[in-house]
Amino acid sequence: MRLRFSRKMLGIPYAVFLVFFVLLPMLVILFYAFTDKEMHLSFGNFIQFFSDPTKLSTIVYSLVIALITTAVCLAIAYPVAYILARSKMKKKFILLLLFVTPMWINFVLRINAIRELLSWVGLLGEANYFNTIFGMVYDFLPFMILPLYTTLLKIDESLYEASADLGAGGMTTFTRVTVPLSMPGIMSGITMVFLPSMTNYVVSDMLGNSKVTIIGKFIYEYFGTNWHMGSMVALILLIVVFLSTWLTGGFKEDETVRGANL
Amino acid sequence: MNKKTIALRCVKAAFIGLVLLLLYAPILLLAVYSFINTDVIGTGGGFTFDHYKDLFGDEQVMTMIGNTVGLAFASAALSTVLGTLGAIGMYYSKKRVKTAMGAVSRIPIINAEIVTALSLAILFVTFGMPKSYFTLLMGHMVICTPFVILSVMPKLKQMDNSLYEAALDLGASPAQALFKVILPQIVPGIISGFMLAITLSLDDYIVTVYTRPTGFDTISTYVFNATIRGNAHTAETLSSFWALTTIIFLIILIVAVSANLAGRKKEANK
Repeated sequence: MRLRFSRKMLGIPYAVFLVFFVLLPMLVILFYAFTDKEMHLSFGNFIQFFSDPTKLSTIVYSLVIALITTAVCLAIAYPVAYILARSKMKKKFILLLLFVTPMWINFVLRINAIRELLSWVGLLGEANYFNTIFGMVYDFLPFMILPLYTTLLKIDESLYEASADLGAGGMTTFTRVTVPLSMPGIMSGITMVFLPSMTNYVVSDMLGNSKVTIIGKFIYEYFGTNWHMGSMVALILLIVVFLSTWLTGGFKEDETVRGANL
Repeated sequence: MNKKTIALRCVKAAFIGLVLLLLYAPILLLAVYSFINTDVIGTGGGFTFDHYKDLFGDEQVMTMIGNTVGLAFASAALSTVLGTLGAIGMYYSKKRVKTAMGAVSRIPIINAEIVTALSLAILFVTFGMPKSYFTLLMGHMVICTPFVILSVMPKLKQMDNSLYEAALDLGASPAQALFKVILPQIVPGIISGFMLAITLSLDDYIVTVYTRPTGFDTISTYVFNATIRGNAHTAETLSSFWALTTIIFLIILIVAVSANLAGRKKEANK
């Protein structure tokens, strides 16, 4: 019998690719996280990691850096997205493009530019934590602006009018109408910024004078010495990602990420 | 228009302007100094093209730029083919298969890049694959292909399904119907997926570091090593990066403007 062509079959190569290069690597991480160096089942990696006070203090520092970065990004991006989304300008698309364009320059060159700027004003090597957060905000800001802009644009103008007609002031309309309706954008922006600010150690290495350690850097350090510990940290990050994505419903939606549908 | 709305408008414009200034300040600073005869920003000097000469005269730098561009086009092309076929296959599969593939396909998008990178590096070692151009290419395809799916999928959903049936009724083979009816309708999604894949690959540092063969440098790895472990590199190399940043920025501006103009022409034709 001749095998009949069906459109479904076109997905087979990608399915195989996903199994070998996405699912299998995750299983490998899971395996290493729960074994010791003799390949015996073990929870020792977790116990060892969480009973090390220096590791714990780094985690706290890293979380604080990520929180501040996310908060600053939100504080800058929300007004930007709001102003752009409600603007009546015909060419506001170009303004949005202006905010995204720097993102297309190579990431390391971009951070290098910040490094030169900071060195020019005399901050490089002087304010390592400030510099790291500054660089992260600079780098991740578009990830916050895009989802916020997309959700804010979807809010029906008549809802603002209805709110005003019913006697709500500008502030009430903002807190009771705008913010709740833009919640999906806020949540997706937060996850898109918070995670890299915990894990992208390129920024902290290049701007923090190698004095700032974030959680992602652990994986780098363990990769040379102890895969089991490295996999364990990776597994924890993986679980955090899955929980936050599941809670925000990100597994179903096709939102605009990285300007995919710009 | 009363005074209050005018004031509010000014505040809004000033805020947008200020954020844009902040975003462009580092790049413009480098662009200006790429023409000034000095290796330290902030110190004086006359107009010069020396940084550009240094950039194009450095063989190592030229090699790594070639590597970066070649890798970006190779991984984007492969990702686009794999992703487009994958999206079509997923779209016509049973709901369960579609959901499962969609969920797995989202993992590299939402995952921290370092986790993806580590998992691939350990996978390659565990299965005895030495790091090579192949492992690097696979690494880049893992981060690019899911974005191709994200770009193509919406176009498939917008498509009129009866056209494919009509083509079959009129005697087209399934393959002909695929190439002559389905593909033309999703071309915009394929193009934006390809562009996105290129930018993702060009931008990547972390996955590259964990999957590349020894001695293979891209712009990201080369610039990172030169700035962090600066001893092996001279001040000329570091200041030639100003010229590189300026050139890349100009290319992006040209692409963005011409894409926008092309888009406007299309609108006008409608």
